[in-house]
Amino acid sequence: MPSNRHIERYVAPIEETPVAAVDAVDETQKASSVWLDAWKDMRGRWLTWVCLVLIVVIVVVALVPGLFTGMNPAGSSCNLGKSLDPPSAGHPFGFNKQGCDVYTRILYGTRSSLIVGLVATVLATLIGAVIGAIAGYYGGWLDSVVSRLGDIFFAIPTVLGAIVVMQVVPWGRNAITLAITLAVFGWPQVARIMRGAVLSSKQADFVTASTALGVSRGRNLLRHVVPNSLAPVIVIATVSLGTFIVAEATLSFLGVGLPPETVSWGVDISDAQAVIRVAPNLLFYPAAALAVTVLSFLLLGDVVRDALDPKARARR
Amino acid sequence: MTQGTTMTQPSGIPGGTGETPLLQVRDLEVTFKTVNGDVPAVRGVSFDLFPGENLAIVGESGSGKSTTATAILDLLASNGRVSGGSALFDGKDLTKVSRKEMVRIRGREIGYVPQDPMSNLNPVWNIGFQVRETIEANSDLRGKAAKARAVEVLEEAGLTDPGSRMRQYPNQFSGGMRQRVLIGIGMSARPKLLVADEPTSALDVTVQRRILDHLATLTSEYGTSVMFITHDLGLAAERAERLVVMYKGQVVEYGDSKEILADPRHPYTQRLVAAAPSLASRRIQTQVEKSGVAADPLGDVEPVVQAAEAEAKPEALIKVTGVTKVYDIRTGGLKKTPFKAVDNVSFEVPKGTTMAIVGESGSGKSTIAKMFLKLEDITSGTMTFDGQDVGSWPRRKLLEFRRRVQPVFQDPYGTLDPMRSIGTSIAEPLVTHGIGTKASRQKTVRELLDQVSLPSSTANRYPGELSGGQRQRIAIARALALKPDVLVLDEAVSALDVLVQGQVLNLLAELQSELGLTYLFITHDLAVVRMVADHVTVMRQGQVVEAASTDEVFENPKEQYTRDLLEAIPGGDFVFGA
Repeated sequence: MPSNRHIERYVAPIEETPVAAVDAVDETQKASSVWLDAWKDMRGRWLTWVCLVLIVVIVVVALVPGLFTGMNPAGSSCNLGKSLDPPSAGHPFGFNKQGCDVYTRILYGTRSSLIVGLVATVLATLIGAVIGAIAGYYGGWLDSVVSRLGDIFFAIPTVLGAIVVMQVVPWGRNAITLAITLAVFGWPQVARIMRGAVLSSKQADFVTASTALGVSRGRNLLRHVVPNSLAPVIVIATVSLGTFIVAEATLSFLGVGLPPETVSWGVDISDAQAVIRVAPNLLFYPAAALAVTVLSFLLLGDVVRDALDPKARARR
Repeated sequence: MTQGTTMTQPSGIPGGTGETPLLQVRDLEVTFKTVNGDVPAVRGVSFDLFPGENLAIVGESGSGKSTTATAILDLLASNGRVSGGSALFDGKDLTKVSRKEMVRIRGREIGYVPQDPMSNLNPVWNIGFQVRETIEANSDLRGKAAKARAVEVLEEAGLTDPGSRMRQYPNQFSGGMRQRVLIGIGMSARPKLLVADEPTSALDVTVQRRILDHLATLTSEYGTSVMFITHDLGLAAERAERLVVMYKGQVVEYGDSKEILADPRHPYTQRLVAAAPSLASRRIQTQVEKSGVAADPLGDVEPVVQAAEAEAKPEALIKVTGVTKVYDIRTGGLKKTPFKAVDNVSFEVPKGTTMAIVGESGSGKSTIAKMFLKLEDITSGTMTFDGQDVGSWPRRKLLEFRRRVQPVFQDPYGTLDPMRSIGTSIAEPLVTHGIGTKASRQKTVRELLDQVSLPSSTANRYPGELSGGQRQRIAIARALALKPDVLVLDEAVSALDVLVQGQVLNLLAELQSELGLTYLFITHDLAVVRMVADHVTVMRQGQVVEAASTDEVFENPKEQYTRDLLEAIPGGDFVFGA
């Protein structure tokens, strides 16, 4: 465009705008990685610490409940004379129908809840991740077969399925049996998520690049695709830990979970329903313990998800 | 206007007579709040833009050029704020007007054309709805009147048959057509200023040229000033009278664009201008005695290429004969239509030289690379490498092939596994091919990093910490780990800033002369081809349009399509200063 307008020329003083080397690596910065970055982000949030402290306390209680109480949850420590007595000194949560200390029972009940939750989560995540990764990576008929199989399990409500299975297990009901049962019905969710993550990360350029470098298909899956698909699975695992603990309580409440002589929150909640009008504290305390435990894991899952997702980090 | 050599970023009233600028930016500062505290992104930026004039802000990524534009439009991300200075637009300070007033100004007085035409139209609404939405937001037109205006806008934007186009959805439009729609939307309210943020960087050159021409006609017709945000110096020289060069958030040079580019004074601008590829660029010196071509220390390239020609093709390391690739495109249900992505392509690449395959999107150039890398099957025809057929290369000797032919891909952000450290990534080919011990591999990694001019401490870092250019250099280091004969570079420098691109191209040239490498260089950018290639194959819609030595193609193109491509390079004939 023709213009008679004079355009002023401005050149910045060179000392004010020093020119750095083209594209030099900033060696002053500390090396970092995806996981380290995520941890750095988590470290700065108070919610992380609340969850972690709660979880550590819960785990310690589950491992050595005797540290926090001198009594036994059943048998010798129970005194039928104190049946349904309100809280008193040394017995902050009162007594149940059998005259056992509710506080002690909650401490001892932590173990079975946590064992069921952890074992079920580990199993479901392992099964789901392996199946989901294979289905997503190899595709084709294998994917169809595996995905339909997952759908079948997915269509059966976990609790309903567990009720049927727990009724027929020949070797008797215990925490491990229950955990396996829950995992059998819980893996499809993990598999779906893993499959989706694998589907997207197997398209990544770095996978094509390493194929062209001569890396075999299986090795590519293990070294590049799976590690890049783990983040959503870790998130779903922390969330399912909470839901499995709830499922244990539900099944025990329905009388098909852990056997009645086991000390567990579900069993206690189940027992409490008969005396709910007389002693609501019997229902309240185990339910509260359950809620706090589940909430700690769910919130931790939330924090981990945010930390692994840069977009969520920016939103805060 | 006062003589401007002493214009040291005035903060007060400019010493102007007569005309007032349409946009007067003074000492603009933008700060972003991050976890590491406040980070200044724009520091003391000042410039003027007069009515009817065009201005270009150029700079590399992270220089603050887009931030400056978004600050003026009050569209900064929520963690950013204008921390100082002013932006007077038509007498109003845009950094101080109320949000309501700003909403009125945006669209009506300042139009905006975003960068990515693929993601800036909403896929669930038809084109007509989206154009009408803007019209209704910026005028009193409603209903039928708005619809009629929308047709007008699309017509102005250069779309044929705008009436029926209105009912179509974005996915039915090509990238160029979408960008036309976005320009139409930006211009629909006849704004006084149009901000165009990299308006054509996602488009093919010929489409880019048509769109920029159209934009120029449209804006000069309505007297609209345009503010281009671009990384392309050629585009800036060709389309804008005024130029702002930004570096690290500061203006390093400002003035008449042709003057600056012909005579850059700031060291950064000088560097930028020197690195800008244009048709006047020359082949980077690489030739070595080994391939029978004498290196010419004076940098005169002519005899070199001629020598390569006269060599009577010593031995073709890569020979492609009548190669065709047919894809079956699913057209709903079980129906399939065959689609020829590559159609009867033949060429030869002598050892130690660079063959560039040039073409626009959809030309089949990348498919050729994929077939040669054995990532796609060849439908018919043969490709030979060192005398052996690539298509029927025995499976058990595949590793051997992979060792000798290595790829470098386009996207520097996708090509490295984000979960693996740089050292692990570079060592991967060595591990895969079982070469060396752990200690010797670590040594090789350090040597390779040194070869691509990166400090050896980089080995402990993760891709997320490095820039695009650094990642691309690492991808090259990884490709070199096995001492291959051929590098297949698929748009390997296209995503990089000019300076970084120049650096990588130099590196490639050095490595070629040092190691006698043969390059298959796939690109859409003819200006880059001039700098690296010995031979060029121009492709269009799967077919070879023209194939010759680089100088022949550039100086004496035989086909119209090649001429179109050459003419479309922005600022292609502009002579940059040293």
